[in-house]
Amino acid sequence: MSRIQPILSIQHLKDLQASLKEKRDPDLIRITLCTGPGCEATGANDVAEAFRKQIGERNLGDQVEFKCTGCHGFCAMAPVVTVEPPGYCYGGVRPGDVKEILERTILRGELIEELVYKDPETGETVPLEADIPFYKHQHRIILAENRQVDPTSLEDFLTIGGYNALAHTLQSQTPENMIDIIKRSGLQGRGGAGFPAGVKWERAHEQPDEPKYIVCNADEGDPGAFMDRCLLEGNPHRVIEGMCIGAFAIGARQGFVYVRHEYPIAVKRITQAVEDVQSAGLLGDGILGTDFVFDLKVVQGAGAFVCGEESALIASLEGHRGEPRQRPPYPVESGYKGKPTIINNVETWANVPHIINNGPEWFASIGSEGSKGTKIFSLVGKVRNTGLVEVPMGATIRSIVYDIGGGVPNGKEFRAIQTGGPAGGCLPAELIDLTIDFEALQHAGTIMGSGGLIVMDESTCMVDVAHYFTRFLEFESCGKCYSCRKGTQRMRELLDDICEGRGTMGHLDLLEELGHAVNTASMCGLGQNAANPVLSTLRYFREEYEAHIKGLRCPAGVCKALIRYEIIAELCDGCTACAKVCPAEAIEGEKDHPHTINADACIKCGTCVDVCAKDAVIVVSGGGQ
Amino acid sequence: MAPSNASSASTVEESTMPETDLSAVNDILEQHEYDQTELIAILLNVQDALGFLPPPALTHISEQLSVPLTEIYGIATFYTQFRLTPPGRHKFTVCTGTACHVRGAVQVVEEFERRLCICSGETTPDLEYGLETVNCVGACAIGPLVIVDDEYHGEMTTMKVPILLRRLERARAEVSE
Repeated sequence: MSRIQPILSIQHLKDLQASLKEKRDPDLIRITLCTGPGCEATGANDVAEAFRKQIGERNLGDQVEFKCTGCHGFCAMAPVVTVEPPGYCYGGVRPGDVKEILERTILRGELIEELVYKDPETGETVPLEADIPFYKHQHRIILAENRQVDPTSLEDFLTIGGYNALAHTLQSQTPENMIDIIKRSGLQGRGGAGFPAGVKWERAHEQPDEPKYIVCNADEGDPGAFMDRCLLEGNPHRVIEGMCIGAFAIGARQGFVYVRHEYPIAVKRITQAVEDVQSAGLLGDGILGTDFVFDLKVVQGAGAFVCGEESALIASLEGHRGEPRQRPPYPVESGYKGKPTIINNVETWANVPHIINNGPEWFASIGSEGSKGTKIFSLVGKVRNTGLVEVPMGATIRSIVYDIGGGVPNGKEFRAIQTGGPAGGCLPAELIDLTIDFEALQHAGTIMGSGGLIVMDESTCMVDVAHYFTRFLEFESCGKCYSCRKGTQRMRELLDDICEGRGTMGHLDLLEELGHAVNTASMCGLGQNAANPVLSTLRYFREEYEAHIKGLRCPAGVCKALIRYEIIAELCDGCTACAKVCPAEAIEGEKDHPHTINADACIKCGTCVDVCAKDAVIVVSGGGQ
Repeated sequence: MAPSNASSASTVEESTMPETDLSAVNDILEQHEYDQTELIAILLNVQDALGFLPPPALTHISEQLSVPLTEIYGIATFYTQFRLTPPGRHKFTVCTGTACHVRGAVQVVEEFERRLCICSGETTPDLEYGLETVNCVGACAIGPLVIVDDEYHGEMTTMKVPILLRRLERARAEVSE
């Protein structure tokens, strides 16, 4: 991609956008391949290679425009290709399908039925992306752009009007105006706590101390969440533009993007985008011919969940261990190197240019009473249509899990949904009509967090989930507060006991007492929410804990100490497949005769379940299945 | 923070540690202009260059930056991305994020541990394979996920573990022939 010459003024930017738009041939058929994490992992790069090669070989360059973009969202169909016009969405595309797509769809305008989304209930095909329920029920503002731009191309971003919001800001706004716009929009931080962004900016603006800093928190540590990854990988310029506007509003000259080292592609994309923008003169001294000075630096985290907490993130930026410190003073007063610093999350920054372009009233008209705009969620776990979804704040769990997510697959029952990452909680199926906004979730005992939604079905053990998160938090606790360091450890030990059949009812009382102590006495967000997984599961799934304690039974069949594997003799045809793969040699039986599992030798690895074609191996816990 | 992968027991003996190339470390320090606030980036770059953080490199960095060695060890053991022992030639990284967990990542980790006879965080004695877990790599929609070196493998099961291992073993046999 050719580097853009320095853009010297606002008029220059407008002219450049216009000429780029003009250059784009509207008659080309646009083939767009998603190369987000889900598609990449399922072979999108090979598909891209095949498209490039065959478009070249067939001289189709003057008929089609082929583009690799960031995440479209529909990971369950990965790798995803769209063809516009007419707007077909093809899923599960293999390199071998490329020939057919070019020959049939591009040259002859035919639909390839086999690659199209099929309704799992009716089997009906849905050719157009816009008609697929997964997309139809969303309200995509930020995510929609992922599909329009090649994230490695500044030109592409300019073609969709990129950096217009910055130009408008520099041309006709004052910092006070900008803060007022963000306040009126009602934008709340998307990182979890939901603090009003405009208020934070205002406080930073009012600080007399100089210099000021702004930070993009891209340390997306919640397991099960990948929204920020996909925004940075798919549309890094939107985030940079948002940060430029924020810097103008508070008077910062230096900004940082703090990205997880575990996201190498995100690091690469944002780094390249920053370099491109620097050489185009949209970062640095005298941006767009004004006296605005701002620069950005990309900094990598090194794998510490607690660094998502703002004071820990600052410690890490300064080159120290990521330990939080007591607040106040808040970072807006004393942050990076003791100077006023605002930290907002990736999605928050990405929202800012849209608010400037469309007005605060437009933004405030979307969403619920208490929470404005849209929110991106990563919808994962035991749900049919896994992927990234963007919905107005205040959407119900039902609409997300069923209308968009298509419900729970394999005929299983929806059991619970986990929100807010490790510091969040689990909500039961009864609360399916709960609206998802900051207040409603808090009231229900969980948090919005950064937007992970993990769907659980009847084969998910809620005690195991609580154990999983508590162990995670025990590991990630920085150790500064005793309540968090020791409290998470003790809670995990109590959960060990329950999962392994040594629990008593007294354990539950102790867990509750300890949980409240941990949440009350810890200093940072990690510790203050560390007991949420335990407390929310105790609140909504107490009977499951009791089954583990009183019946020595894990109803979901997960907790190893409480389950055993058995073969149903009537279903077993003696194919010996399980006996062959059993690593413990615990399965006995003659060929063509039902096999049995020696419970003493069985290590409960579950391989026999995976390999059995007859579904004859079952998990038994306590007295029943 | 609980002991990270970096500091957990390893099956690798001290004596198998390769010589440390300090010139690479010097280049990295130079790039970062010996700036103390860049310490984490320096350590990440050194690890990229050398595969891990060998003790002589840490001592050298401590001297060059005038940062106490204890603080450098503090950082190297606080952040999970750092490792103080040599990695295997091939690395299996099993994602144990929530989405992968509820879909059976634990079984996948255990299968690797059983087949490789090492625990997560360790390297096989011949330095061929390393096994690690990661909290989440953001490919949640296709979990459980295993990353072999840099290649993603989605929807893993215990059944697929020996297939991945066999593939690498075959490649190794071909190389040695």
